[in-house]
Amino acid sequence: MGDMSGLSKFKENLLNLKNSFLASFLRSGRLTSDKSKASVMFNNFFLHIQGVKTHINTLRPTYTFGLGLITFFLFVIVVLSGVLLMIYYHPSVEEAYNKIKDIIYVVFGGRLLRNIHKWSGEGMIVFMILHMARVFYTGSYKKGREFNWVIGVVLMILVFGLNLSGYMLPWDQLAYWALLIVANIIQSPKEITDSLGITQYFDIGGFFKELFLGGTVAGQESLTRVYLLHVWLLPLFLFIFLAVHFWRIRKDGGLTKPDEFERVEGDLSYVSPPEKKGGLFPTYKTYGLMELAHGRTPAVDKDVENTVLSWPNLLLAELAVFMLTLAGVLVYAYYVDAPLKELANPLIPENPAKAPWYFLGLQELLSYSAFMGGVGLPGLALLGLALIPYLDREQEYVGIWFSNRQGRIVALQAFVVGTIVNIGILVFVVNLGWFRDWWPNVPQMLITLVNPGNIWVAFMIAWSAMVMKRTGSTRMGAIALFTMFLVSYVIFTAMGTYFRGPNWEFFWSKSQWPIH
Amino acid sequence: MSSETLDKEGVTRRDFLGLAAFGAAIFSALSVIAGTLRIFKPNVHYEESKKFKIGKPENFPEGTVRKIDERNLFIFSDSDGIYAITAVCQHLGCIVYTTEWGFQCPCHGSKYDKEGNVIGGPAPRGLPWFEITQNVDGTLVVNAGKEVPKGTKYIFA
Repeated sequence: MGDMSGLSKFKENLLNLKNSFLASFLRSGRLTSDKSKASVMFNNFFLHIQGVKTHINTLRPTYTFGLGLITFFLFVIVVLSGVLLMIYYHPSVEEAYNKIKDIIYVVFGGRLLRNIHKWSGEGMIVFMILHMARVFYTGSYKKGREFNWVIGVVLMILVFGLNLSGYMLPWDQLAYWALLIVANIIQSPKEITDSLGITQYFDIGGFFKELFLGGTVAGQESLTRVYLLHVWLLPLFLFIFLAVHFWRIRKDGGLTKPDEFERVEGDLSYVSPPEKKGGLFPTYKTYGLMELAHGRTPAVDKDVENTVLSWPNLLLAELAVFMLTLAGVLVYAYYVDAPLKELANPLIPENPAKAPWYFLGLQELLSYSAFMGGVGLPGLALLGLALIPYLDREQEYVGIWFSNRQGRIVALQAFVVGTIVNIGILVFVVNLGWFRDWWPNVPQMLITLVNPGNIWVAFMIAWSAMVMKRTGSTRMGAIALFTMFLVSYVIFTAMGTYFRGPNWEFFWSKSQWPIH
Repeated sequence: MSSETLDKEGVTRRDFLGLAAFGAAIFSALSVIAGTLRIFKPNVHYEESKKFKIGKPENFPEGTVRKIDERNLFIFSDSDGIYAITAVCQHLGCIVYTTEWGFQCPCHGSKYDKEGNVIGGPAPRGLPWFEITQNVDGTLVVNAGKEVPKGTKYIFA
């Protein structure tokens, strides 16, 4: 009897393997009831960062456009492809370039892998900025979400830093001269200390340049440092801040939604409402004891009748966004090759020596003043972005694109006026030059303080102050300022990308560049 | 309590010790961070020397305009003597080239006259001139670590 029953138990367990394994994996039994669908969310390590139920507004495709999620999925793709690239890459000035050639021409799937890595990384910049614009224009940095916006700004710095350190690794002409130029931007506070005549006592620019390069020239030490930054330090910080960013979304009450949310006909086309009907408690009762909790955590008792179960509604939406992202990256990476220039040559800079497109707006500003374009104005812009939630504390119209009719008008005005003034400044500079072209002996301090970049920023601030005065609303001022910031990022970038040629001179088209 | 009071402001011995301990903890933490960051600053640069030989004076007759590529340096010679001007743009470190009127930087459009003074573009300062000395064997030595005033030209036998 003992033997037989042991074997039959074993046989029974074997037949039940699929169900028992799934139950232990999901920790929630079969997903047939609302209760099990709820418990699969909060019993799962990876899913519990999301709510058991999700508001319909969050699921509306036209509210978020999935922009933050796309950025996150691109990050996942970039990490995985980056680890695979590390198998063959070697950060040495003698070998790095040949290793990249190897990856492109010899390694199985290497070209596609490198393209995927490159374009996902750049895609993160695009979708991060779009995500930031969505969060800004829907007023989603308000009502307890102030600090998460600041974390977002930190993430933006890290993403730019990762892209920057990434294109220094192949040790081609772009990498070498970018490394050198960045080192000299780090050194650019010298522009100020020189003007004050204190460089010999307090050379803060030179000090940090040496820390960055690991010496006085761009070489092996510099490549080692940049490599460590790119594959270890910056990704680590990105992981940490991303985790906090996501956790705060939940803790701060989920995604924003309008105060008076109304369900429309179309909403039911992409969600399946909870099955539960009738019973002891009303259908929207899902939290039980947790509803006794105070504050924003979790989103207790707020508009619960317009929430649906996250499993499957939210997860299916996320899966769809992931598939679209992956498909987009694969198709783009299949058809468009990541650039690789000639081997680094410290004797001959390219002419023009252009950074990748997302830095060409800054390069245009650099051509006015190294310190202002490389340190002063970007620093001011980042500080300004980080402070938006603390300087605009109006709590109305959260969750509504452009707040209200006035907001749409302010944004449109800022867009039109900003475009005209920004292009006007560029036309002025291209045709008439600047101080040094008129008075060759002008002191450098004057150019550092008064140059086209500073004038544009001063104009943005003045316009925004005027809007605030006229409308009596800090939110309107923020909309004007942010809109002009986006406009100028695009215009300066377009200027640097399409209209600057050899010696950073103006050309209508690349076909007019002199042959040399 | 009053027996523990040290002065009229009312810092008790306990407060004082607590503050001292807190201060010591902060100070040690900052010291550790500073020491860790100190690792980033190399004690030795394994780089080429800033001083290097460029050959005998007779290799640079009057009218010479020579670029020493691997040193990013221009050597000129005119009736007043020999002089060395860097080829490294003082804006962001690109390499300038000579033109009819002076030097041009390809990266961000800085322009310098024949003496290296800034005449256009974003460069914050002119191109430095370097010291030239002569070894006992007659070869000339440029010290790219030592700047000399613009217009310093050397005559060697």
